[in-house]
Amino acid sequence: MALRICLEFSGGAELLFNKTKKHEVTLPVCEKDWTIGSLLPWMRETMLKERPELFMQGNTVRPGILVLINDSDWELMGELDYSIKENDRIIFISTLHGG
Amino acid sequence: MMETEDSDLRKLLKEKDDEIERLKKLLTIKTPAVVEEKDIFVQSDDRPAVREKLNNAEISRYSRQLILPEIGVKGQLSISSASVLVVGAGGLGCPSSIYLAAAGIGRIGLVDYDEVELTNLHRQILHTEAKVGVTKSASAAHACKSLNSHVECIPYHLQLNSSNALQLIKQYDIVLDATDNVATRYLLNDACILANKPLVSGSALRFEGQLTVYNYDGGPCYRCLYPKPPPPETVTNCSDGGVLGVVPGTIGCLQALEAIKIAAGIGPSFSQVMLMFDGLDGTFRRIKLRGRQPSCPLCGTQPSITQLIDYEQFCGARADDKDKCLKVLDPAHRITVHEYNKMLETGSNHILVDVRTEVEMDICRLPHQPINIPINRIGQEESIATIQRRLTISEEKPSVVVVCRRGNDSQIAVETLLKCFKDSDLDIKDIRGGLHAWAKHIDTNFPVY
Ligand SMILES: [Zn+2]
Repeated sequence: MALRICLEFSGGAELLFNKTKKHEVTLPVCEKDWTIGSLLPWMRETMLKERPELFMQGNTVRPGILVLINDSDWELMGELDYSIKENDRIIFISTLHGG
Repeated sequence: MMETEDSDLRKLLKEKDDEIERLKKLLTIKTPAVVEEKDIFVQSDDRPAVREKLNNAEISRYSRQLILPEIGVKGQLSISSASVLVVGAGGLGCPSSIYLAAAGIGRIGLVDYDEVELTNLHRQILHTEAKVGVTKSASAAHACKSLNSHVECIPYHLQLNSSNALQLIKQYDIVLDATDNVATRYLLNDACILANKPLVSGSALRFEGQLTVYNYDGGPCYRCLYPKPPPPETVTNCSDGGVLGVVPGTIGCLQALEAIKIAAGIGPSFSQVMLMFDGLDGTFRRIKLRGRQPSCPLCGTQPSITQLIDYEQFCGARADDKDKCLKVLDPAHRITVHEYNKMLETGSNHILVDVRTEVEMDICRLPHQPINIPINRIGQEESIATIQRRLTISEEKPSVVVVCRRGNDSQIAVETLLKCFKDSDLDIKDIRGGLHAWAKHIDTNFPVY
């Protein structure tokens, strides 16, 4: 079954995604469960227009981006192995350094 | 009749005398003496005296916070005995330090290596027009001291680095990260873990702010969250990204609140929790963070970092937010503002490509009709086609001159264009130093932003 989820970007990460902070997306039917690990390359292929290295490094997000799943640090949720559920809200925050 | 006039005059005289007394008192508030780098090692480890009783003046002054049951006399005594080191006297450090002073924190240290600039004033609200050019730490300390002369304010005019950070941090109870760059953030984090001090960290850019407290009661440190520094090209400073003053203002106030709660023994609300503030959407969001990571090289079970390291090297970026000067282009592909001015005077046939953003184009532009292609779109087919079209309508082949704000992006743009037009003998150059150089050397009435 296709999964509807919400992807959000902040701290400047939205600049890589059409300058849009909030994206409602539908993940296509897949044999295996969707995980963050399979979501990231899907995002790179379908959503990222340019300079993917500013978002990903290897199979994960680049250093300085924090991933949140429903307002919790993804480290508490299994990181790349987390199984995505319908209506999940996944947020990618670029850390700010200015003051 | 005479008598009443006499008494009125006497009353007026008394009022004026009081006013003179008040102003005299104000004048005596001197800017606290600035502490230079060499002096921090000779300072003794003295602490603000541990207070056992509030005097009448303090009871009046702090009465509105004193009657809060969460603070009370005990809390106020703890606040008055506490010392807080604010690192950075900028957009975050100004609002946080002034509220710490107002609340009666016993000793406030203010660290900054910089001087006040005009572009700081929209957000670094303790510095005034008269303070442009003055040491930031001294300017902020003066403002804090003027608000509350009972608070001890120590301005440190120095760049925090691996050889002085621990010495300084050890002298304080709580540390505020109000800095503006990645390298100093790692340095402060490591120093706070090694000295075991809570670190109240704030940051801001554009309309967004982030706040969290590190190294408090089992909570994570900065490295637990960010084991690897971000690639330098992904880091944006306030000068390039912009920032609305009230955004760091909001975060700075919350940093002060967290520090006061720690000092008063209430404890912070943002340990192992991050606040994400979006001033454009008007949202405050609380994020639950991971706890201390056993694998952390600094605060984990088997730490490999046991002393401070070279943070500029670790991050591949300098420990300030100053503009970098890129040198990627061969000098053959660069012209000076004087040479460009000559081109304009002689009517040299050229296409001017301005690679700044649309907003920046509205601020100012060179006196020659440009094509605007923002730097992030320079390599795209559409952009190349735009330049191609302009090339073909010209009878005689024009040269291409690329300009930006400071002469960094223009070099990257020329590099890209040289690749895209590698099969033609098109002459492509950038203007060294960009519009800043133009304003400095050619047109001193040209706006600088
Ligand atoms: Zn750690």
